[in-house]
Amino acid sequence: MSLTTGPRQPAAIPLDSTADRSAQGRFVDRLSQWPWWLLIIVFFGVLIVWNVMTSELYSAIFSRLLLGIGITIFTTLVAYGLAIVIGLVAGLGRVSHNPIIFNIATLYVQVIRGVPILVQLLVIAFVIVPIVIDAVNWLGNVLAPLLGAENFLARTQPQDVPFLTRCIIALAIAYGGFQAETFRAGIQSISKGQMEAARSLGMSYLQAMRYVILPQAIRRVLPPLGNDFIAMLKDSSLVSVLGVRDITQEARLYASASFRFLETYTSLAFLYLAMTIVLSLGVKWLENRLNNEGRGQG
Amino acid sequence: MNTMRPHDEPMIVIKHLVKQFGNLRAVDDVSLTVGRGKVTVIIGPSGSGKSTVLRCINHLETPTSGEIWVDGIHLTHNAKNINAVRAEVGMVFQQFNLFPHLTVLENITLAQRVVRKRSEAEAREIAMQQLTRVGIPEKARAYPSQLSGGQQQRVAIARALAMNPKIMLFDEPTSALDPEMIKEVLDVMLELARSGMTMVVVTHEMGFARNAADEIVFMDHGRIIEQNTPEEFFTNPREERARAFLSQILR
Repeated sequence: MSLTTGPRQPAAIPLDSTADRSAQGRFVDRLSQWPWWLLIIVFFGVLIVWNVMTSELYSAIFSRLLLGIGITIFTTLVAYGLAIVIGLVAGLGRVSHNPIIFNIATLYVQVIRGVPILVQLLVIAFVIVPIVIDAVNWLGNVLAPLLGAENFLARTQPQDVPFLTRCIIALAIAYGGFQAETFRAGIQSISKGQMEAARSLGMSYLQAMRYVILPQAIRRVLPPLGNDFIAMLKDSSLVSVLGVRDITQEARLYASASFRFLETYTSLAFLYLAMTIVLSLGVKWLENRLNNEGRGQG
Repeated sequence: MNTMRPHDEPMIVIKHLVKQFGNLRAVDDVSLTVGRGKVTVIIGPSGSGKSTVLRCINHLETPTSGEIWVDGIHLTHNAKNINAVRAEVGMVFQQFNLFPHLTVLENITLAQRVVRKRSEAEAREIAMQQLTRVGIPEKARAYPSQLSGGQQQRVAIARALAMNPKIMLFDEPTSALDPEMIKEVLDVMLELARSGMTMVVVTHEMGFARNAADEIVFMDHGRIIEQNTPEEFFTNPREERARAFLSQILR
């Protein structure tokens, strides 16, 4: 696997020019092929790690940030898992021939894509969740004769839903909207003949989707879904707005208490960068593997 | 369920079929009857509505008007009815449409298990029988992309046959093949015709039409122009348009 994203070399060098090509010229060529961007990141990484080991300030910052790493990873994983489920269902809705299902799915996707994620987070946390709790309370009161006046539905309070949960729900709903479009594109990229062949064998629409279309479509959208995972890791920092103590929130608290803004936020940025670079290498590996498989079995 | 049906009752009855695509009337008042065990070959210039008629028979296209009965089942918009008919009607496509993510064996067992609810072992056994019938049992573990076009089309035929259909529809099955692979597919189809399968074939292979057909249907501009026995049609066509078409094709 090559990490180069540098300028592309011409595939073939004309014969006559190779003869008088100087050794210096070839050396410059080879230098231009190096993944300089990665070297620069590694350089700063080493610098920061060295700082952490030698400077008390940096090691204090990092041990503080690491308090939030569990929340960051947990939020990312759970919200992403939920988003995949929501996205798949909404994506199937977007290719549905049923006008009601199609319109519901399209409404969801359009609304989600038209509102900033930060705003969605605020709306879901402070508007939608209280409304849902009100509705649950109302339901509890209606069902009071059955469940008793003090049943759990009537007793639920907005503060019973922690902000972490609200954030995860909001991120899942936001990303589900984007992934719906990814799944839709994947499904529509499979040739019409596949559905026709499956239906002509007597399969129902859902059977054809499950056994024929989706296995092919999902394989095709794995790389974009991987990129969404990276994006989710970054956007999980939004939960700090609601005071959830992920690494961003820990950094904000530390910086505002110590006034060490430069050191703290640099460290924070580097921590995200380290995680996303590892993940993007993983996505790249996945893409290569799928490409090779594709060549094997078209 | 149809074992008590009299043998002279036709397998497919089409009455006044019309299919409209926007402003284009692809099929214009077509009525056609296909008897049990008979092979009907539909020929005609491209865009004459042959494929559309075929695709209406298993409801891949919804007719604009007209009625179709398949083995006595009235084809309506009722989804249950349509799936019931489709399971009895095998279809072979121009582009093969094998499932690329599945092996040849899995291609043939999938619908048997999902639709016919057969056990894995039974589906496998039937799949191997059909693969042997089309002459490539050794390709069971291969993926479609590892096969030649002719082999892929034979797998597609085996996949349809494994459902034990009463009717086989062929939509230009050799049009996407290299010339040297056409014969291997036609041979399989010829064998199938001799075994007594009811078949409706849209093709440009006049040799096959001549050898295998019980009846030739010539279509142009969405209408049936001539319906005749192969001998009569190829030696002495009644209609001027059929004559012009044949002189183009059989130069």
